[in-house]
Amino acid sequence: MPNSKGNRVRNGRLRLRAFQVLLLVLLLVIWHVLTSPTLLPPIYFSEPNQAAFFFGEPLKVFGRLWRWFVSGEIYEHLWVTLVETLLAFLIGTVFGVIVGLWLALAPAASVILDPYIKAINAMPRVILAPIFFVWFGLGIASKVALGVTLVFFIVFFNVYQGVREVSPVVLANARMLGASPRQLLRHVYVPSAMSWVFASLHNSVGLAFVGAVVGEYLGSARGVGYLIHQAEGFFDMNTVVAGIVLLTAFALLLDWAVGLVEKRLMVWQPRSIETERT
Amino acid sequence: MAPVLALERVSCTFLSRDDPSERYTAVDDTTLVIGEGEFVSVVGPTGCGKTTLLNVAAGLLKPSTGTVTVLGRSLGGINTRAGYMFQSEALMPWRNTIENVVAGLEFRGVAREKALERGDAWLERVGLSGFGKRYPHQLSGGMRKRVALAQMLILNPQILLMDEPFSALDVQTRQLMENELLELWSADRKSVVFITHDLEEAISLSDRVVVLSAGPASHPIGDYTIDLPRPRDVAEIRLTPHFIEIHTKIWRAMKEEVLKGYAQQQRQ
Repeated sequence: MPNSKGNRVRNGRLRLRAFQVLLLVLLLVIWHVLTSPTLLPPIYFSEPNQAAFFFGEPLKVFGRLWRWFVSGEIYEHLWVTLVETLLAFLIGTVFGVIVGLWLALAPAASVILDPYIKAINAMPRVILAPIFFVWFGLGIASKVALGVTLVFFIVFFNVYQGVREVSPVVLANARMLGASPRQLLRHVYVPSAMSWVFASLHNSVGLAFVGAVVGEYLGSARGVGYLIHQAEGFFDMNTVVAGIVLLTAFALLLDWAVGLVEKRLMVWQPRSIETERT
Repeated sequence: MAPVLALERVSCTFLSRDDPSERYTAVDDTTLVIGEGEFVSVVGPTGCGKTTLLNVAAGLLKPSTGTVTVLGRSLGGINTRAGYMFQSEALMPWRNTIENVVAGLEFRGVAREKALERGDAWLERVGLSGFGKRYPHQLSGGMRKRVALAQMLILNPQILLMDEPFSALDVQTRQLMENELLELWSADRKSVVFITHDLEEAISLSDRVVVLSAGPASHPIGDYTIDLPRPRDVAEIRLTPHFIEIHTKIWRAMKEEVLKGYAQQQRQ
């Protein structure tokens, strides 16, 4: 009966989720037991409060998160960080796609620019942050610029590779079917590069976040990175960890959104199919 | 009868990209003339430059020397009168079946509705109606070949260039496809250049079989007219005495070249 099989699949997935949640709970309990000043005699640290000082305490971390959202204090900062991340992500991706397509289809330009691209890519680009502060000030723009430099190269290299890897037979076939150079770009090169772009977008969402948060951390008056930096100044480990948890959650959310778009646009890609087991 | 496609004294020499002094002549001094409505097969041992020859006819490859004439005009650029069916997968994987079939019409600016109408008709002709929304990876090898056939024929080309189109299929599917090809072809008798390494396939389909020598510098060494009656069934015709007679004759000429080609591959 197909219905019971569907149920079995669903049960299997449910069990997997249960194990994942269990693991999380287990880790939280271990964290709690090891850092709580009263539950265990101090194993490593001489002071009972020292473990909490270095690693924070889970209950206080969640208390902090709770107060952030209840008081509404966090929204302004979260909003700034998200705007910076999304802008960096979008601008970096658009530029990456355009430049990637251009260089892949203009061999002369790519040969000339090759050593420069390699050099810029090899450079630790976070170092550019102070320069961006001078150029764009301490507001959103400097963080976006930093994120763009990180995202751009990931997308760019993937598009470049994607165009290079276009099947020569598919290309020849499209030409025989009468495609003009423009139509080749639109109907062969771009769709072929898309699978590479999406693979890179998962990476670049994370890097857009890195750009935004590192930028805030180094100099700003708003944003989650700023909150973390400030808390660190007071040795408030609970707030630092709360900020990290918050950023991780939103990075996962963005990654999931990218996956959703990918699933919609990449229906043509073969997915591995599992056989039904009874 | 005016030739539809004429390759005259065509040679193709490839230079190695790393070492320009290393040259490889795939095709040497080859003349191949295809008449109107003629089904010509080109056979030869593997690696003898059959595909190179077809790419020259398609305008995808410029010959080192020699000329290509299509319907009395010298060919520069892509041969727009020709349809090409490739040996390997050539469908656009990001387009579903119907979108693949109408791709050529879309490139030519045919109105969407009209293109889809003709696309549906062609899907039905190749036995794939109802599969329009499937993507290539969801189809079997034989079905993908049918899509490729429809994709080529919808543009109504005067010349069909086919590069071992059925070589990846199993024997049963292959004979089925060959019969379907003959049926589609007999409807309006286009000129066909059919590349294969399978002599039986060549004889059962063609009006004429051209045998190429082993590479490098391969060239035609035999030209045989196949006077088997049409319409043919490719599976049945293989059993007739006349077929076997023709096969024996051509095979005798080919055998030496096949051995040569084999020896060459061993050396590499």
